[in-house]
Amino acid sequence: MIWLVPLTAALIGLWLVAYNWYQQGPVITIRFATAEGIELAKTKIRYKEVDIGDVKAISLSDDRKSVLVSAQLVRSARDLLASDSRFFVVRPRISGGTVSGLGTLLSGAYIGIDPGTSTETSKVFIGLETPPIVTGDIPGREFKLHGEQIGSLDYGAPVYFRHINVGHVTRYALDSKGTGVDIGVFIAAPYDRFVTSNSRFWHASGVDFSVDANGLRLTTESLVAVVEGGVAFQELPDLAPAAGPAPAGTSFTLYADRSQALRLPDQHGQRFVMYFQESLRGLSVGAPVDFHGIVIGEVRRVGVEYESGGGFIRFPVEVDVFPDRLRSRVNNGSAPRGFPEGQNKLIVDRLVEHGMRGELKTGNLLTGQLFIALDFHPDAARASVDWTRSPPVVPTIPGGLSRIQDTIGRIANRVDRIPVDQLAAQLSQSLATFDATLKSGQGLIGRLDTEVLPQAILTFKEAQNALQSANAVLAQDAPLQKDVQAAMRQVAQSARALATLADYLERHPEALVRGKPEDAR
Amino acid sequence: MRAPPESALGREAGLAICAGCLAVCRVGSAIEPASPVHCWRCDGRVHLRIPDSLQKTSAYLVAAAILYLPANLLPVLRTSTVLGEEDDTILGGVLVLLQTGSWPLALLVFFASIVVPLLKIFSIGFLVLMSALHVSGHELARARLYRVVEFVGRWSMLDIYVVTLLVALVRMGKLASVSPGPGALAFGAVVVLTMLAAQSFDPRSIWDPIREGDRA
Repeated sequence: MIWLVPLTAALIGLWLVAYNWYQQGPVITIRFATAEGIELAKTKIRYKEVDIGDVKAISLSDDRKSVLVSAQLVRSARDLLASDSRFFVVRPRISGGTVSGLGTLLSGAYIGIDPGTSTETSKVFIGLETPPIVTGDIPGREFKLHGEQIGSLDYGAPVYFRHINVGHVTRYALDSKGTGVDIGVFIAAPYDRFVTSNSRFWHASGVDFSVDANGLRLTTESLVAVVEGGVAFQELPDLAPAAGPAPAGTSFTLYADRSQALRLPDQHGQRFVMYFQESLRGLSVGAPVDFHGIVIGEVRRVGVEYESGGGFIRFPVEVDVFPDRLRSRVNNGSAPRGFPEGQNKLIVDRLVEHGMRGELKTGNLLTGQLFIALDFHPDAARASVDWTRSPPVVPTIPGGLSRIQDTIGRIANRVDRIPVDQLAAQLSQSLATFDATLKSGQGLIGRLDTEVLPQAILTFKEAQNALQSANAVLAQDAPLQKDVQAAMRQVAQSARALATLADYLERHPEALVRGKPEDAR
Repeated sequence: MRAPPESALGREAGLAICAGCLAVCRVGSAIEPASPVHCWRCDGRVHLRIPDSLQKTSAYLVAAAILYLPANLLPVLRTSTVLGEEDDTILGGVLVLLQTGSWPLALLVFFASIVVPLLKIFSIGFLVLMSALHVSGHELARARLYRVVEFVGRWSMLDIYVVTLLVALVRMGKLASVSPGPGALAFGAVVVLTMLAAQSFDPRSIWDPIREGDRA
């Protein structure tokens, strides 16, 4: 019987051993660049704030370039060890828009895990230095963007859709050729379905401050975007809706700004050349070409041309004109776009025949930016498009600026002809007269000072006296006041007597006839 | 009733002392009498030797030895504070004390909690072995060893007292709280079991191999 005691102890011991052995999960090794904040036996591995393991050993790697952290996980963590699982150290982090990991200020850093989806498992991982912005458990899709430059975008920068923050920049890198940047963005569900093949992405970074022919523009997406930069996307307007959401990993172009991004695809651009006589200062590549106020193209190249035959220098301006833009405003883009090849020529010829000319105009007086206006000048000298050259040459007329110069010249001439000497003589004469007038005025004021003022002061004093006596009469204890009060009291008494009489009469109207009965007393 | 000789053993005379009231009772000469003998004064059971003493002692001892492992491997104290949770084993505590420079305290805890239980288990085991094999020699030293073990036994619960005190005192909700770990239970069991073992061991069995004639 007594041997039950050690038997029980042995059973308990065995159970403990078995339980511990059962609970123990795999040992993994994570490679970090630094062991900052990681402490032996104290730092935990956590997934969704649940402890799933401890750091058991920290050692330097063989090449001494990184730190190997081995951790003992619990058994239930086995499923988290897909080969693409990511480990990262959570420390207090303050970046542009967010503060994270504040809890670790007190408790110390911990190692977080973002479980992967791969079916292969692994026991050796390479740890991330910064926690991933998007962890695998958030539904959504990732897309690729390709842009010219990164701008002020940073890891974790927000992605906006109609000013709603719907995702983040998850990675960025130079592309293989170094001519642009590849950016990965993650759009969280349910917004990811708004990304379609028609979507356009653009930099919503910081303050978009631009000066062009349209004037001074300042656009921002949100205050966070001002600080941190960001990306925005939207579906192109005026297009037939896309078939469905774009599949994950679709590549998009990242445009520099919104207007560039939302520009309709210009597929049928027609290049023309214009020669201008005036200075091209202020005409930059990208300046709009507008037709009767509608932007239908832009300047592609501004150059200098030496004509060997004529032996003089000309300044060609190459422009791209997109007739589609005209069309889309006419029929809302639903009709088949693009004229048949031959018609383009015909239409341009007819327009020029009706007086359409290129002209340099100042878009903004402040900055002196120029743009090219195509407009009708019926009184212009006859000209035609030179189709023999490539690109064809569109006739121009001297721009508004030179006309303004002419006008100013004329005004200057007139100013020149004004008889300034004569005017000056007359003016000095007038000034002398004015001087005399002023002097007589001064005399008048002197008289006012000596004669009128003492009189006025006297009057004021008398008025003051009168007011004082009035004050005395109206004072609280003045005799008049007292008398009035006594009179008022008497009136009140009489009123009271009258009230009593009326009261009595109401109860005994017969008293009017019979008088007060004697026994009423 | 025959008067006992000058120096005789109760067993030889068939006499035993009642453990309850210290009355001398006649029990016959067999160490394990067929029918239980009761004290003529207090009706308590009287026996020459504690029945199955060696078996009981060794059973308790084996249990204690088994539980000694979890007592030292499992955490005795679980401290959870705002800064996190921490499990402390006895040896871990000793190391912390040593690292913080209070080596006298570390030494004390090390001896009281790790060495003493181990020594007790070995000492009683040694005594049981000697008695079971009827080995004679160094009886005086063995008797002294037994007395020391029995005396020390009650002090081994110090650790458990400290744990209970801490658990009761440090209750500050989220800020800090202390709870006993599974090691504390095992440790307590070890102490109780060694005490039971010491108690069930009959020190008279040390002297059994010595007869009167041998002493001459």
